[in-house]
Amino acid sequence: MALINSRSSISQRGRETSPHTLGQNSTQRVMNLVIMATIPGLIAQTVFFGWGTLINVLWCSLIAMGCEAAVVSLRKRSVSFYLSDCSALVTGLLLGLALPPFAPWWLSLVAVSFGMVIGKHLYGGLGQNPFNPAMLGYVLVLISFPQEMTTWLPPLGLEGHNNSLTDALFTIFPLGQGVSVDAISMATPLDVLRENKSLTINELWEANPVFDGLAGRGWMWVNLAYLAGGVFLIWRKVFTWHAPVGMLAAIAVMATLFWSGTGSDSHGSPLFHLLSGATMLGAFFIITDPVSGATSNRGRLIFGAGVGVMVYVIRAWGGYPDGVAFATLLMNMAAPTIDYYTQPRTYGHRKANKGLPKKD
Amino acid sequence: MEIVLYAIGALLALALIFGAILGFASIRFKVEGNPIVDQINEILPQTQCGQCGYPGCRPYAEAIANGDAINKCPPGGQATINTLADLLDVEPEPLDAEHGQESVTKVAFIREAECIGCTKCIQACPVDAILGAAKQMHTVISDECTGCDLCVEPCPVDCIEMRPVDITVRTWSWELPQPNHGKAGLIATDRRGQTV
Amino acid sequence: MNAIAKSPAPQHLDTQSHVSRSQVIASSERKIWPLTGGVHPEENKHQSTGCPVSVPPLPKTLVLPLSQHAGAPADPIISVGDQVLKGQMIAKASGFVSAALHAPTSGIITAIENRPIPHASGMYDLCIILDTDGQDQWCELAPVADYRQLSSEELVEKVRNAGISGMGGAGFPTAIKLAPNTTINTLILNGTECEPYITADDMLMREKAEAVIQGAEILQYMLGAQECLIGIEDNKPEAISAMRKAATGKNIYIVVFPTIYPSGGEKQLIQILTGQEVPSGKLPADLGMVVQNVGTAVSVKEAILEGKPLISRITTLTGDALATPQNVDALIGTLAEDLLHYAALKESELATLVFGGPMMGFSVDRMDIPVIKTSNCLIAATQDEFPDAPDAQACIRCGHCAEACPSSLLPQQLYWHAKAENHEQLMHHNLFDCIECGACSFVCPSSIPLVQYYRASKGAIRTQEAKHAKSERSKQRYEGRLARLEQEKAEKEAKRKANAERAAKLKAAKAAENTESDAKAEEDPIQAAIARAKARKAAAAAGSSESTPARQEPSAPSQQLSAKQKELKVQLSMAKAQAKKTERALAAAEASGNGDIEQLKSNLQMLNDQVTKLQQSFDESAQSDAANDSNKNKSAKPVLSDDEKKRKVELAMAKAALKKAERALAEAVESNNESTESFQQAVDECQAKIKSLEVVVLAPPAETAITPSADAKPSAKKAKAPLSDEAKKLKIESAMANAAVKKLQRAITSASDDELETLKQQLVEAQQKAAEMQQALDNLTNGNVGEAAVESSVSETPSAGVSASAKKAKAPLSDEAKKLKIESAMANAAVKKLQRAIASAGEDELDTLKQQLAEAEQKAADMKQALEILS
Repeated sequence: MALINSRSSISQRGRETSPHTLGQNSTQRVMNLVIMATIPGLIAQTVFFGWGTLINVLWCSLIAMGCEAAVVSLRKRSVSFYLSDCSALVTGLLLGLALPPFAPWWLSLVAVSFGMVIGKHLYGGLGQNPFNPAMLGYVLVLISFPQEMTTWLPPLGLEGHNNSLTDALFTIFPLGQGVSVDAISMATPLDVLRENKSLTINELWEANPVFDGLAGRGWMWVNLAYLAGGVFLIWRKVFTWHAPVGMLAAIAVMATLFWSGTGSDSHGSPLFHLLSGATMLGAFFIITDPVSGATSNRGRLIFGAGVGVMVYVIRAWGGYPDGVAFATLLMNMAAPTIDYYTQPRTYGHRKANKGLPKKD
Repeated sequence: MEIVLYAIGALLALALIFGAILGFASIRFKVEGNPIVDQINEILPQTQCGQCGYPGCRPYAEAIANGDAINKCPPGGQATINTLADLLDVEPEPLDAEHGQESVTKVAFIREAECIGCTKCIQACPVDAILGAAKQMHTVISDECTGCDLCVEPCPVDCIEMRPVDITVRTWSWELPQPNHGKAGLIATDRRGQTV
Repeated sequence: MNAIAKSPAPQHLDTQSHVSRSQVIASSERKIWPLTGGVHPEENKHQSTGCPVSVPPLPKTLVLPLSQHAGAPADPIISVGDQVLKGQMIAKASGFVSAALHAPTSGIITAIENRPIPHASGMYDLCIILDTDGQDQWCELAPVADYRQLSSEELVEKVRNAGISGMGGAGFPTAIKLAPNTTINTLILNGTECEPYITADDMLMREKAEAVIQGAEILQYMLGAQECLIGIEDNKPEAISAMRKAATGKNIYIVVFPTIYPSGGEKQLIQILTGQEVPSGKLPADLGMVVQNVGTAVSVKEAILEGKPLISRITTLTGDALATPQNVDALIGTLAEDLLHYAALKESELATLVFGGPMMGFSVDRMDIPVIKTSNCLIAATQDEFPDAPDAQACIRCGHCAEACPSSLLPQQLYWHAKAENHEQLMHHNLFDCIECGACSFVCPSSIPLVQYYRASKGAIRTQEAKHAKSERSKQRYEGRLARLEQEKAEKEAKRKANAERAAKLKAAKAAENTESDAKAEEDPIQAAIARAKARKAAAAAGSSESTPARQEPSAPSQQLSAKQKELKVQLSMAKAQAKKTERALAAAEASGNGDIEQLKSNLQMLNDQVTKLQQSFDESAQSDAANDSNKNKSAKPVLSDDEKKRKVELAMAKAALKKAERALAEAVESNNESTESFQQAVDECQAKIKSLEVVVLAPPAETAITPSADAKPSAKKAKAPLSDEAKKLKIESAMANAAVKKLQRAITSASDDELETLKQQLVEAQQKAAEMQQALDNLTNGNVGEAAVESSVSETPSAGVSASAKKAKAPLSDEAKKLKIESAMANAAVKKLQRAIASAGEDELDTLKQQLAEAEQKAADMKQALEILS
């Protein structure tokens, strides 16, 4: 008579401990917020570089969900349970944003499926992957198909800008007559700057229409859009400010240190670096991936700074025009070490733990 | 020729000097490490039950130090084997079934009404955990009993039984949350020891 | 954060210099420090603060768990059926960390038994059950008019006797906290109540602000604390104003700080109020602080000023399944169902019943659980209120938990390591600094039950440590035992050596005096010893092979056993056990393929044969039709007639006597070379034996039917069977004679030389008498091998006579071998006795004694031979 019969969590699920009430936070909510926050950037990219980006995003998301579902069902788990956390969707989305707008369908397929299957699920699935899956896929295709990966389209306001939906669709998917990517492709500002050997910065800006204002034409707005999305996420407490600020500050500091004026050997101004390429996308959407990043706030600051330094180093002296993907992967490798040395000081302890536990 | 002699001489001198330094260091900076037998003995559960085939934990520790298998200790179970493997830097193996199964902790219990006071169990107990005198009823100090089983056999009236240690409100503790099957948690084939 | 933590000192100076200022200024001026981490769960406090604290009707039954506090359970000092008065102590503290328990109302103790208690395990524990009588009659109270007249030790004792333990949740006995070893500067009263739903302290402060302040002053006086801070979250404006009013003009500060969970944790509150951190593994007292719940302060005030023990507490009844959520002043031990029904429980909507708050409380699956001293809240929640936790998803290492953690731990790291059961890493990550507040679980986007991982890991680590400590202790005990055994052995060895030396010296001395008998005296004992040893061995072999089946008897355990029946049962179970062991050994041998199998098999065969035979005879005698599988030594216990029972008892007694004698002899033989004391002991035991045997003889003698071996050994039986009354008489006489002989003998050994002659003579006479008796007895019986042997001994030595009569008296002894064994042992004893007599006797007696010795030895040899023949 004294038993509580209507629901006994104890009998059904084993005894569960407190707390009995949970916050509103959920993985799904986090992922949804991230997806929402990419919308300004997505719009900006679509406006400046045509429909290709949007098509890529949709296509990549589809592949990512498909890969996730396939692997999960192979592992005999509940597909709906895993898809519901939207983490696959985010991976696909970010890859779609990072790939060139007219990247052919198979390029996306290779990048996304590699990232999802090899980069994520072979390590044990969500939460277990040491590397950012999206960046793994990106780097794979960047190394394997450098030509396809470096053909960016002319931004809005330049000759050759293509804002035709059918062109984009048929270029990505060979279903009909697309456009010749080679014919319309154009180097990115970072690429132009890196290749520049003779012109001063001012001359370069005047000579090349790809530059405009502080950074590249269109690129500045794309980056600012991602910045807005990122600030929104910080405001919604999806992640803390530490990693993005660390990365942006490190890029700014590096760019300032190695600015060396406006001569032909210049690597570009700090603002140029902050608003070019994938800087903002990386700072707010890539390196904030909690799984492959550092865990403590101090660690994130260091992690972000490391990425920032690495990005600048690759941009200035490396073999690739942009280095967000490489820098992220490199710092992913360092994350566990960072974690070991940035543990917070526990309440009541005089010093924080450092390194591995001592064996005696 | 002379040069060769110089060279040999120099090498010889170097050898002597370094040898002397090393010899000095080995004496002066000798680390009094815990002998390996002690370390192994530390890990063994000290039930002194002899299920390993040795007359106590220390003899088994010595045997392990001399190369015997580490999986002969049922009271210690897999945890002990793993710790030993860790210490000795070898692969942990499953418990050797020949020496017994790992079971819940038990303590001896004397059905006192049946005890005839023969003191045989007292003599058998390796840790002096049985209290009693000749012709007097015996009883087990359950806090000290290691559950080694050795008193059961000598009892002429079979009045000793091994009882599993009951969990009380004071010894109860939470268990790790059960993985939710088929969802994010483990599925049957994921369990430790079953993965291929 | 670090900077804040490290700079607490100036604040202290500051507050002390403002002591005399009015509380308003002080409280508004006081600095507070931020809490690390923390969360903001929905408060849900308004539901239960609508109406004042009420007193529910007196329940019929109170259930008072003995363990309501941290530490050892209390020790009941009443018994079932006792009438107790309200406030009477019914269980006393059973150790340092323990608290007493008092009757919350008057009534009768109806039971002390296991009942479900409010505990996360859902287990039962010992409770005192009190049936209330409705009188609510107080026992005599001893209030203190002016507590300042008493020393703090006396006050602490009063608090201890009032059974007060912390009322905030942990339930640590208050008296211990009030008697710290360190100087206390700051008393902190915890009125934080940061958990959602709970309003017990809030209502207490609203309604009993004066009492809280009075309690605070008493505590301050007891601790000698210079300052007193009362910390309250800013979500309790009514309580704050009531408290401020009550504290006007007092040296007490009401400190208000922003609401955040878990600011009410002891360590967290100290951090907020003082900026200091309690070092890991230490207590607030080490910082010169003591934290007490406001409810505890009121209890202390009541205990001191009114003399009332802790028998009730304010408990919040809330949750959507209650129509009238409220706070009640509930007697300790009131069942949750009584309280919930008082608050109009909507039973159909109740889904989860939580003791404590939603963040740290535990759910229970029944309602007949009592409110205890730490129960500050009962939440009767509906399904919508506390929905099932969603399935845990994978940890994405988002770090929200680390941000929420008030202890600055890394919950996600702890989670990984807990999952891997990596205790080393858990310790490295300071698992034991986790206060289990639940903030991490609360914020976890993947709904991982983090706290449960930590609790389980803590439990596992504690178990592991306990195990390790125990194994360490076992090792010490084992080594201690080994050392002891070693020492005992060495001592024995030393003793033996010393004795041998002494004996040798003695012999040497004698040899010098008595060269003629020299050779004999030195050789004889050795030969005798050899003979004895052989005899013993043979006897043992014969005994072990035959005694087992001989004792086979049915095994059904009987309920009421007399002492004798018990003995019978013992033998019974011994026989059973031995048979089992033999079988087991055989099985083992078969399994191992050892060579012993044949022997064991034949042994078992023999045992079984004998068992069969015995069973047959037993069946005949008992007229029982019990089905019986002799191979397995199983049989139903036949119904024994009284007569049979009696005889059985006799049999058992005789056996016991025999055993005793055997043991005594064995002892004597072993200590052959030792002092005469042990010899004396042996003689005494023999006497005892005779006495017991006499009893046997006096009892009805017709044992033939019962003794299982009767058929097997007819001759032995026959000899005994026809014992008439006369024979009995004779036996008694012979026993008496023997006793006389023995007495004399003892006198001889201890007598001086001049008395020896007289004694000798008496001895001879006594021997004569004994021999005559024996003769007479023998005439009545048919001699057999054993008897013959005995006979010879009777005429020779008194002790042999003793053994002979003992033998005869031992009519119900099962088999001949045993008898022989005893006889041989007896003979040995006689030999020994004689030897000893020789050693101690004067020269003139030596010859006689020597002769006797020779004869006795002869007898021993005979015995041995007989044994050999038998086996």
